[in-house]
Amino acid sequence: MLFCLGTLVALLAANAHAGEETVQIGWLSRAVHRSLPLSYLDQPPPDEGVQGARLGIADNNTTGRFTGQSFELAEAVVPEDGDIAGGFRELAAKGIRLVVTDLAASELLTVAGLPEAASATFFDAATVDDRLRGEDCRNNILHLLPSRAMLADALVQYLVAKRWRDLLLAVGHGEGDEEFAADIRHAAQKFQARIVQEKSWTFIPGARRTDTGHFAIQAEVARFTQGITYDVLVVADEGDEFGDELSYHTFDPRPVAGTQGLVPSAWARPHEQWGATQLQNRFLRQANRWMTDRDYGAWMAVRAIGEGSVRSNSADPDKIAGFIHSDRFELAAFKGARLSFRAWDGQLRQPVLLADARALVSVSPQPGFLHQFSELDTLGIDKPETKCRMR
Amino acid sequence: MPNALIRSALAAGLLAAAPMAAADTIYVSNEKDNTITVVDGTSLTPIKTIPVGQRPRGVVLSKDGKSLYICTSDSDHIEVLDLASDKVVRTLPSGPDPEYFALDPAGKLLYIANEDSNLVTIVDVQRGAVVTEIPVGVEPEGMGISPDGKYLVNTSETTNMAHVIDTAARKVVANVLVDSRPRRAVWTADGAQFWVSAEIGGTVSVVDAEKRQIVKRITFAVPGVPNEAIQPVGIVITRDRKLAFVALGPANRVAVIDAQSYEVLKYLLVGQRVWSLAFNPDQSRVYTTNGVSNDISVIEVGSLKVVKSVPVGQAPWGVVSRP
Repeated sequence: MLFCLGTLVALLAANAHAGEETVQIGWLSRAVHRSLPLSYLDQPPPDEGVQGARLGIADNNTTGRFTGQSFELAEAVVPEDGDIAGGFRELAAKGIRLVVTDLAASELLTVAGLPEAASATFFDAATVDDRLRGEDCRNNILHLLPSRAMLADALVQYLVAKRWRDLLLAVGHGEGDEEFAADIRHAAQKFQARIVQEKSWTFIPGARRTDTGHFAIQAEVARFTQGITYDVLVVADEGDEFGDELSYHTFDPRPVAGTQGLVPSAWARPHEQWGATQLQNRFLRQANRWMTDRDYGAWMAVRAIGEGSVRSNSADPDKIAGFIHSDRFELAAFKGARLSFRAWDGQLRQPVLLADARALVSVSPQPGFLHQFSELDTLGIDKPETKCRMR
Repeated sequence: MPNALIRSALAAGLLAAAPMAAADTIYVSNEKDNTITVVDGTSLTPIKTIPVGQRPRGVVLSKDGKSLYICTSDSDHIEVLDLASDKVVRTLPSGPDPEYFALDPAGKLLYIANEDSNLVTIVDVQRGAVVTEIPVGVEPEGMGISPDGKYLVNTSETTNMAHVIDTAARKVVANVLVDSRPRRAVWTADGAQFWVSAEIGGTVSVVDAEKRQIVKRITFAVPGVPNEAIQPVGIVITRDRKLAFVALGPANRVAVIDAQSYEVLKYLLVGQRVWSLAFNPDQSRVYTTNGVSNDISVIEVGSLKVVKSVPVGQAPWGVVSRP
């Protein structure tokens, strides 16, 4: 078998409604072997993402009992060396046209460009890439997680609100680091913060897990940050290679923010506002671990389909997708605002959490950052500046 | 201080315009510091703080007015506060994480929303025992019982429905789809309608109780307040169904609505993140709990003005007034 395909049957028996309809939702991901991050504490869960989709199915089915609708998840997980297009075709062959994806940008574009995908809608629950919302946007993809630009804007808004305007930017060499740094630069310009210096992090602490490795790090970070006047050290290290080692090691006492320290994110473990405790609890009970951004993205994707189906009173993928794209669509997702998709790039507009490992620090947009239509649109690429030309 | 000026002016206006409200006692549950604050309704000053179980949220008075039932959510039970001794004298089972509840008109059964388990639990108050559980939508929250006790309306926050439950059959008999994250369901005194607030949807749906259809979706707009901050939660409706008051959460306003024409008449500035509302016994006042500013606001129904704010505990949630 090239890929394993499992179907999660509706957990809850539906009411004896006449004409019960089943909404088939596809799940498409690739089993990727992931390396351990710097911190031993957060080992990447093998079922990241799909657990969120399964919880969304359970939530939808609880509603479905009352509306005579049921929801099923058809899971297509392509092995590391497998063919992603084949994975999608397997779902398409079952007539599935609403597909939640946990794929990297390039693979998502491959799948979305297939001839069989023309009438499908993809719910991207994993990427933050700006290009997928910009020059590489597609009219059959919706993005659930905030873009990198939204994350950077959320952080810089907060730093500016705190009047910590002078930023020292430390940029790694991993995937996405340069993109995040570019978004920080853009945000700084937009919200009038100042990047006093930008430095590339090149030190490779080969023996950091040895007994005295931390002394080398301590000295290196102090040297790296010495002689610069700044308020906050902003780090771009999406792969968790060094960012966690900057805090408490800087020459001057300065907080760390960005991909480590104070982190802007779609979801965060310490988040318990606006009823989020309920979602955290449900997820913990189901998955026996904490919900991550990708789980949350997948949960929102399945819930968006559930809303589209209940509100349009239909199991037809076209009607559901049509409703989701309409201005009547709104999603409640435990962040104190109604969420909807931006028409110009398919991005879900949403508040962004700012949290460290143990505490929710703030939620952006910050009060006072105004917008003529929605304050949520102060985060990320707004309509006038979008590079997206839908195709 | 302009504040003091306004207050004295309003107090004078109040004396002239309306007879003094009959003396009442106000009980406020404080979610964060696990207490009930007792406020004297005549002097409008806090007179006592009573320690209770963990995370007290919904509160309701017994029909004889001698006890206060409290949803102590994190203690996973209901506490019965004796209002003569101001001590918790009993606990009732509730199912996990009780947030909000309703007492049937006979005062015998409590209908409890278990936010964490998609259930409504029915508890016999006298026996202190669970009678049954009814499965509902995801995150049950609001509970409103019809004046004749025949129907219970429960809202579920993630399912976005108001479930109409036949209390005799103990079954869901109808579901009304409302806007996102419905919170409270409040019946009009004549039993002809129930009103459902939708926190994320930003609306209040007025539902015809017989047809079980939405007859009006009330929307709100406050100049200078972002649309997203308008998050309706608490509702009270006068007995004569002339006026309704709706708490708008982080918009820090209470909307005053003509309950016949459904027109929003006025927005009253109250404390921060206004949550629950309660009338005093003669309905000459509305009390609001303000979860972020840790106080309650007092609204005069006659003048439609906010006349006072009274500091209470941390994160005030529920409020009731006793004659």
